[in-house]
Amino acid sequence: MIKSELIARLAAEYPHLTHRDVERVVNVVLDGMVGALSDGGRVELRGFGAFSVRSRPARAGRNPRTGESVSVPAKHVPFFKSGKELRERLNLSGDA
Amino acid sequence: MKSETLTRADLCEAVHQEVGLSRHECSALVERTLELIAEALERGETVKLSGFGVFQVRAKRARMGRNPKTGEPAAIDPRRVISFRASQVMKARVDGANGHGA
Repeated sequence: MIKSELIARLAAEYPHLTHRDVERVVNVVLDGMVGALSDGGRVELRGFGAFSVRSRPARAGRNPRTGESVSVPAKHVPFFKSGKELRERLNLSGDA
Repeated sequence: MKSETLTRADLCEAVHQEVGLSRHECSALVERTLELIAEALERGETVKLSGFGVFQVRAKRARMGRNPKTGEPAAIDPRRVISFRASQVMKARVDGANGHGA
């Protein structure tokens, strides 16, 4: 499923809203999460999961093509941990 | 650097402010958005949200693990897990604003 399909499905459930408004809803939700992480915060959505920012120390990497060593600077990366309820839902059917 | 936790209530408020729908409806829309993503993952679908990231369901094989508290070996059943890869846009915004390193 891609974003446009998510918007289309949501729009189908809310026929009294314009497609454009539903699109804005989805974008505000996603941008809101990115904004919180950019501010150094966390996003906690019970049942779904939590997004946080993890720091990665600087390390010596290697250019895979030339084998040359390069220094990779420290950085902050987004991290997602799925919520308990969602994890359980994925494994209910036992068809893992 | 703030370190507040964003919740459903904050997302509902943002949708209410920016789209101008009632709080009640915004709350339902936020919930359905998350639920539609969860349902797709439950079906084993990959969810690609451009500018945000990709959620993918991966199958893990059964393996022998260990109870970290007691040190006893324990069987871990095969299971499905979600992996999330942030988009370049999200990575840039998160790294840029939090300062490289530090």
